[in-house]
Amino acid sequence: MAEYKGVMIFCEAVGGKLAASAAELLGGGRKLADDLGQELSAVLVGSGISGLAKEAITFGADKVYLVDDPLLKDYQTDSYVSVMEKVVKQAMPQILLMGQTAIGRDLAPRLAFRLNTAASLGCLELAIDPQSKLMLQTKPVYGGNAQAVFVCSAFPQIATVRAKAMTPLEPDSSRKGETVTIDAGLDLSAVRTKVVEKVPEKVEGIRLEDAKVVVSGGRGIGSAEGFGQLEALASLLKGAVGATRPPCDNEWVPAGAQIGLTGKIITPDLYIAVALSGSSQHMSGCSGSKTIVAINKDAEANIFREARFGVVGDWKKVMPAFTSKLKELLAG
Amino acid sequence: MNMIVCIKQVIDPEAPPASFKIDPSANKVVPPPGVSPVVDPYAEYAVEAALKIKDAVGGKVTAISLGANQMRDIVKKPLAMGADELILLEDEAFDGGDSYSTAYALAMTIKKIGDYDIVFCGREASDWNAGQVGSGVAELLGLPSITLVKKIEIADGKAKVERVTDDGYEVVEVSLPALITVSNEIGEPRYPTIKGIMAAKKKEAVVWKPGDIGVEPSQVGAGGRRTKLLKLFQPVREGKCEIIEGESPEEAAVNLAAKLREAKVL
Repeated sequence: MAEYKGVMIFCEAVGGKLAASAAELLGGGRKLADDLGQELSAVLVGSGISGLAKEAITFGADKVYLVDDPLLKDYQTDSYVSVMEKVVKQAMPQILLMGQTAIGRDLAPRLAFRLNTAASLGCLELAIDPQSKLMLQTKPVYGGNAQAVFVCSAFPQIATVRAKAMTPLEPDSSRKGETVTIDAGLDLSAVRTKVVEKVPEKVEGIRLEDAKVVVSGGRGIGSAEGFGQLEALASLLKGAVGATRPPCDNEWVPAGAQIGLTGKIITPDLYIAVALSGSSQHMSGCSGSKTIVAINKDAEANIFREARFGVVGDWKKVMPAFTSKLKELLAG
Repeated sequence: MNMIVCIKQVIDPEAPPASFKIDPSANKVVPPPGVSPVVDPYAEYAVEAALKIKDAVGGKVTAISLGANQMRDIVKKPLAMGADELILLEDEAFDGGDSYSTAYALAMTIKKIGDYDIVFCGREASDWNAGQVGSGVAELLGLPSITLVKKIEIADGKAKVERVTDDGYEVVEVSLPALITVSNEIGEPRYPTIKGIMAAKKKEAVVWKPGDIGVEPSQVGAGGRRTKLLKLFQPVREGKCEIIEGESPEEAAVNLAAKLREAKVL
C-alpha cells in the first residue's frame, strides 16, 4: 500500500491571482514539509487557473496539482469535495492545509468526513511533534478565551489556518517545480447546488484588511452618527473603520466592518479601540496589531490589558480633542 | 416543511473574561460559579432560521440537543421560542465527544426521525468553535450542505439561500432535503414569549440513549473521537498599558495624541 507523504496546500485564487491566504499557507507549509523532510505540494482547483502554477512554485511549492475545468468556476461543495477526494487519493499527502476562508471552512470538514479523517478549523499555529511526527494543531476555542492543541492520527491531517497566522516566503522566480494535471471527472448530476448570483460587498475607501490604521468602535458608541466621528479620525489617518459585533448587529456600521472571531482578522500598525471592552472574541481579530490604543470610560475594561496606550474617559469628550490635536500635529 | 435544528447547552460565552478558568490537569473548562449555562448563541440563530421558515410557509420544528447534565429550563428555550418538539440525546456515553462523534450521533438521530426537509445547525458552537458538525452530519446522511447562510427562501421544493463569502455574499439554490448552517447575519433570534415559555414548561422533552438511535455507547462521545485534545490553555497577555492622564478628558486626549507622535506610532 502506498504511503501518505508530504504537505499539501489547497490554494485559492482571487481575481486571477494567488490569494494572500495561499501564499501564507505555502510559507507555513514549507516549514512543516522541511521539518518532516518531505515535499510541499500545491493544489489549484478552478477554471482558467493553470497560469497560477508557476506562482505557487515561486512561493515555495515543489509540485503543483492542477484541476482546471470550466465546471469548477464557482466553488460548490459537491464538486470541490469530489475533486479534492480524487486529488488526495492520488497524491496521498500526510497533511492538507487550507485557508480559514468561506471556501476552506466549507470544504475542509466535509472532505475530512468523506476521507474518514478529521480536521481542525481556524488554527493559529501548526508544528510537527518531534516524537510522533504528527501535526500539532493549535486553535482558539471558547471564543478566544482559551487555546487548544489537537492531534489526529488519521491521514491526511487536515487543518484550516487563520489569515495572517503564517508568513509567506519572498517569491523566488528561480525556484523549479513540477506540474501535474488531474482531470476533474465531474459527474454533474451529483452537484446539488447552483450558484445564482455573487454579490460583492461595497467598500468605500481602504479595505479593513489593507489599512495601516484602524479606528474601531464598540457598543458604547451608541449610534451610526457616533461612528461618524470614528470615520473622521480614520479618514484623517488614511485608515479604515472597524467595529465589534453589537454595532454591526444594530446596523450602525455594515456587517463587513466586524472584527473578531466571527468577523475579519486584521493586523494594522495602529488599532485605536474606542468604547469597546475588548472581549476575547473581538481581540481574536485584532490582537496581531502592532500598537493598540484604548479609549474607554471603564478603567477595568479588558481592553486596557491588551493596549499599549490608553485614556480612561468618555469617548464623546476624548475623541474630538484627540482628533483635532492629531490634525494639528500631522499638519505641522 | 419539516425542520430539524441541532442545538447544545454551553457555558455562557458572555460571562466576564475574568471568570474564565481552566482545569489544566483535566484539560477542561471550569464552569464559572453562579453563571447559568445557556443555549449556544450560534444554535439560537439556527433556531431563528427555522422559525422564520415556519412563519413563512408553515411546518414543524424539532430541536435536538446532545450532552450530559442538560438543564431542562435551558435546553427548552427553542420550544419557548416556537419549536414544536425537543429530543435530548442524554447519556454519559455522549460526553466528551469531538466533531466526528457528535456528528455521528446527530446523523443517526436524524435518520431515526426520518421525515425532514431541512436540517439546521449553527455555523459553529461557542465552546469549541469547531465549525464542522453541520458539514459532517450532511456528509454522513448524504445531504447537500450549504454553510454560513444568512437568508433563506423556500420556493418550488427548493431553498434559495444567501451564503456569506469573504467579500460579500452569494445566492445559491439547493434541492431539498438539505443541511444548512446558519451565520449570525440571519438576524437577532426572537425572545420567547410568555405564552411560549408556559407551553414549553408543559412539554416533555423526549430523551434518547445510544441504544435508541441504534449505536453502541463506544461509537459516540469520547469513545468515538477521531481527534485527541493534547492541551487546553489560556494565552498569556503580556501587554502593559500606559495610561495617559490629564486634568480633563480633553487634556488626556491631547496628551495621548502627543504621546503617539512622540512614540512615532503616528
